Amino acid sequence: MKVLVAVKRVVDYNVKVRAKADGSDVDLNNVKMAINPFCEIAVEEAVRLKEAGTATEVVAVSIGDKACQEQIRTALALGADRGIQVETEGAVEPLVVAKLLKGVVEKEEPQLVILGKQSIDGDNNQTGQMLGALAGMPQGTFASEVVIDGDKVNVTREVDGGLQTVALNLPAIVTTDLRLNEPRYASLPNIMKAKKKPLDVFSPADLGVDVTTHLTQVSVEPPAERQAGIKVEDVDQLLDKLKNEAKVI
Amino acid sequence: MSTLVIAEHDNGSLKGATLNAVTAAQGLGGDIDILVAGAGCDGAAQAAAAVAGVNKVLVADNAAYEHQLAENVSLLVAELGAGYDNIVAAATANAKNTMPRVAALLDVAQISEITSVESADTFKRPIYAGNVIATVKSSDAKKVITVRATAFDAAAAEGGSASVEAVDAVHDAGISSFVGEEVAVSDRPELTAAPVVISGGRGMQNGENFKLLDGIADKLGAAIGASRAAVDAGFVPNDMQVGQTGKIVAPDLYIAVGISGAIQHLAGMKDSKVIVAINKDEDAPIFQVADYGLVADLFDALPEIESKL
Repeated sequence: MKVLVAVKRVVDYNVKVRAKADGSDVDLNNVKMAINPFCEIAVEEAVRLKEAGTATEVVAVSIGDKACQEQIRTALALGADRGIQVETEGAVEPLVVAKLLKGVVEKEEPQLVILGKQSIDGDNNQTGQMLGALAGMPQGTFASEVVIDGDKVNVTREVDGGLQTVALNLPAIVTTDLRLNEPRYASLPNIMKAKKKPLDVFSPADLGVDVTTHLTQVSVEPPAERQAGIKVEDVDQLLDKLKNEAKVI
Repeated sequence: MSTLVIAEHDNGSLKGATLNAVTAAQGLGGDIDILVAGAGCDGAAQAAAAVAGVNKVLVADNAAYEHQLAENVSLLVAELGAGYDNIVAAATANAKNTMPRVAALLDVAQISEITSVESADTFKRPIYAGNVIATVKSSDAKKVITVRATAFDAAAAEGGSASVEAVDAVHDAGISSFVGEEVAVSDRPELTAAPVVISGGRGMQNGENFKLLDGIADKLGAAIGASRAAVDAGFVPNDMQVGQTGKIVAPDLYIAVGISGAIQHLAGMKDSKVIVAINKDEDAPIFQVADYGLVADLFDALPEIESKL
């Protein structure tokens, strides 16, 4: 079984991003970039399926400018077999990403597509579901467990009330939540080996996809700041303040 | 202008987040209809009909919709949504699962987790875990929108008298099925709807110690939450997680116990009216957003608070 795994280049999760002073965009000058943490979990899950003998090949795909090849190489160092870049310029919205991924799915015909549930820049949480609808595939979103069972996959999902398990016909989509697995670190020999693994580049035109955006970012601003309050001396003072000042208990 | 609001419900009753979505829909203007898709969902439909400001309730009552499988519900919503300018839902786990499929079927973008309606086509939404607020404009004729419930007041649950109309359309994609669920049963209020929330973090040290929060929660009528660190460490289940990738809460009173205050946690609770932090590390970032900070060992402070409440 072939597994396609999508990875996105985003600002490293340790970086505190700020709006530019003129509000035109976020300030990404000289900011450290990395693979989106949820995508890293997706790669790990795909590699584990291969190690378990369930998957035969793991293909990592990313959409973006040339720089995203760095994240594809990261996925290859973690154990993916080959890479695909769909070369785009500027910001690409989830609907367009989903259309491009559908083009890749048609070429590659994977049995399972694993994506992160959201990227930590746009926080949209859309791409996997949109790909599912466009490709006519079922989806197990926010997955905390993935079990292949013949021609089906059972996915346990993190939902508002607890956990839900669904059975999906293959081919299917899985989007990862935080507790699906703990990604490994790439070893130095594997990082070296990854440089030699094949990486194909396509354009949106190769896949027959129109990349026109539907959403435009008008401006950005910092969130309303919350003022730090006071430190209380002890429990008595805390309860007094909550009763008589804040009047919330 | 007309808007279809997708109800969040458990068949028997309507979930509060639906009321916040109705308020967001009112900001768009025009008639508001609610869709209740489920199985044996008459209770939820009747509750939806009573919501103030609602024109009509559409009820799709069929086994195919019982467990809110996205593959089935999205086909229904896309079909019914053809007749509306906007399709709106509170950003619950169900809506996050289903609405992007709806948007893709209709070939429009989705605008996720809006926190304000600036005009009929322009919205504000948090990005980068809430570190930045973006204003976005949609060029689509039809808009698919999910709403951050805590950013909008709840519409009145009573006072409306919408007509209730059955929808016959049955969409069973036949590619997915429900296997089972583990739902936490609790007498406490729901985390996202509780007036008071008390959350524990890594400082609680283990799951057993979360019992220290029980007595206080009982006395305050509070829901109990947790930080991602506490959930990842296996102290408590995932449905208790408050934060960017967990639940977003904005109660009147939020008490953070043994929580350092990582940005991902703050994103889930910083809109609370009053925030209390209890932590033995006086430099913990949580104190920068707390109205009242108590630097103390939680194992001393919690029993004392419980006894003095």
